[in-house]
Amino acid sequence: MLLISCPNCGSRDETEFHYGGQAHVAYPENPNELNDREWAEFLFYRDNTKGAFAERWLHSTGCRQWFNMLRDTVTYDIQAVYPMGTPRPAAAPAAPESGTASLAADSTTTGTAAPSISGTSTSAPSISATGTTASTTAPEGATK
Amino acid sequence: MSTQQLPEHPDFLWRNPEPKSSYDAVIVGGGGHGLATAYFLAKNHGMTNIAVLEKGWLAGGNMARNTTIIRSNYLWDESAAIYEHALKLWEILPEELEYDFLFSQRGVMNLAHTLGDVRESMRRVGANQLNGVDAEWLDPKQVKELCPILNISDNIRYPVMGATYQPRAGIAKHDHVAWAFARKCDELGVDIIQNCEVTGFVKDGNRVVGVKTNKGTINTEKVGLAAAGHSSVLAEMAGFRLPIQSHPLQALVSELHEPVHPTVVMSNHVHVYVSQAHKGELVMGAGVDSYNGYGQRGSFHVIEHQMAAAVELFPIFARAHVLRTWGGIVDTTLDASPIVGNTPVENMFVNCGWGTGGFKATPAAGMTFAHNIATGTPHQLNKPFALERFETGALIDEHGAAAVAH
Ligand SMILES: Cc1cc2nc3c(=O)[nH]c(=O)nc-3n(C[C@H](O)[C@H](O)[C@H](O)COP(=O)(O)OP(=O)(O)OC[C@H]3O[C@@H](n4cnc5c(N)ncnc54)[C@H](O)[C@@H]3O)c2cc1C
Ligand SMILES: [Zn+2]
Repeated sequence: MLLISCPNCGSRDETEFHYGGQAHVAYPENPNELNDREWAEFLFYRDNTKGAFAERWLHSTGCRQWFNMLRDTVTYDIQAVYPMGTPRPAAAPAAPESGTASLAADSTTTGTAAPSISGTSTSAPSISATGTTASTTAPEGATK
Repeated sequence: MSTQQLPEHPDFLWRNPEPKSSYDAVIVGGGGHGLATAYFLAKNHGMTNIAVLEKGWLAGGNMARNTTIIRSNYLWDESAAIYEHALKLWEILPEELEYDFLFSQRGVMNLAHTLGDVRESMRRVGANQLNGVDAEWLDPKQVKELCPILNISDNIRYPVMGATYQPRAGIAKHDHVAWAFARKCDELGVDIIQNCEVTGFVKDGNRVVGVKTNKGTINTEKVGLAAAGHSSVLAEMAGFRLPIQSHPLQALVSELHEPVHPTVVMSNHVHVYVSQAHKGELVMGAGVDSYNGYGQRGSFHVIEHQMAAAVELFPIFARAHVLRTWGGIVDTTLDASPIVGNTPVENMFVNCGWGTGGFKATPAAGMTFAHNIATGTPHQLNKPFALERFETGALIDEHGAAAVAH
């Protein structure tokens, strides 16, 4: 379970949120001028980054506001939470790919994930301190 | 049904060669699809100077993590054709590969819990029958007869209103399937190279001529990508994009139990599916975690949710315990159908996007992909699944048949 810091409500369980996929994908300015390839890109193609990824989340059972988040798609470490419409903050230095064992499954997604957002501050992007990733070094395991 | 004895743990079934400096074709990814592709390249097309490169150990990705459901009751003609071809191959493969991987045609039931489900299910049964796929509609009483431990009473949140049933569907031992293909590949002269990660490609203009790996550069005339959850990462290295999102998909098993569950039961609506493995574990899965992820693990609430649904549908499971959970990385597309075909890079081919349900397709994916790689043009069966469909709009929307996964 991710622990996500809503810019308006503070830290809440992932179950209160909805995922909105890649952030910063603008609606085409002149849709009528796009060819099929470009239209396909807009409709169906999204980045599928392995590493720091800017994505949208909706606090659906809280304040019902959208916001952006920078999250590492390997460690699931949340590196920044920032308002929609503001530019993507610089990524924290890439964390080493940690062991992908599910032995330690949720340990990296609960305790260390939340960026520090103080009180009700909604404007400034907050970037968590670097190097907070709990890197589990256990070997890949738990296959069935 | 009785608990079956598993075969003895086998001795070494394939060599562990060092890569040669060049091959006629290189397959990236040593999961089920990569191995099946290599097997059919060698067997059907006489291409034996080929290699399968696997960054970890053989079949340690989704091939080792799936819940092994095999069925072909998809809605659209294109899907029914390729999945049904796969099912027919499953029926003959144990003999052909000389390896009993316990393919058990115990049937698969897809439950309907709402009027919408019922209509959609009946429509699918009709479509299946027209396509020669064995499918029938069961009312709740027939559901209960086939699977007595299912709760068909009215006093649950989503009562069972019926089910589709495919008797020829079932399960198989996934790791043994991989080993069966690997052994045959090896016998045919294919090099299976483990701990060999592809880190880049060598191109001459827009034509791929080699792969860069942690074991050095390997020249090759053709490259087939079969990297499941990592397909986008490889495509990016090669300089093109795929309409794929990688998500964690989890599953779990209980401790061993006496045989209580004679078939496979899936429910899209309440998000759970269950079978009982040959040894006796209850094997359960759910839908994907919502976020993109390459971590081979997901969030625990997804498991809680699926267990709640399982216990309501199967009250006797309340006394079972979760023994182990795990996750894989599945490569999902927006129409819940795979991508198999040519890429914008010359001599590079891609097989991906099977998402939550590609195990069942392993033999047909391998057969068609091998054809595509060997001849440069798609097989009849994989032609509709080309990358171009996202531009032409000829999508193959299988969300109804693929929804919870599998
Ligand atoms: C929990 C779970 C349950 C599932 N249940 C079912 C089910 O019941 N029925 C069903 O039909 N399907 C199911 N699936 C889906 C199915 O497992 C996949 O669609 C299928 O296994 C994908 O093909 P594969 O076996 O080749 O993938 P994989 O086994 O994942 O093979 C891809 C391989 O590529 C390798 N690779 C990646 N990058 C590189 C690189 N750079 N260099 C070299 N190698 C690389 C990986 O290490 C991996 O071994 C399930 C999946 C999961 C995760
Ligand atoms: Zn909020």
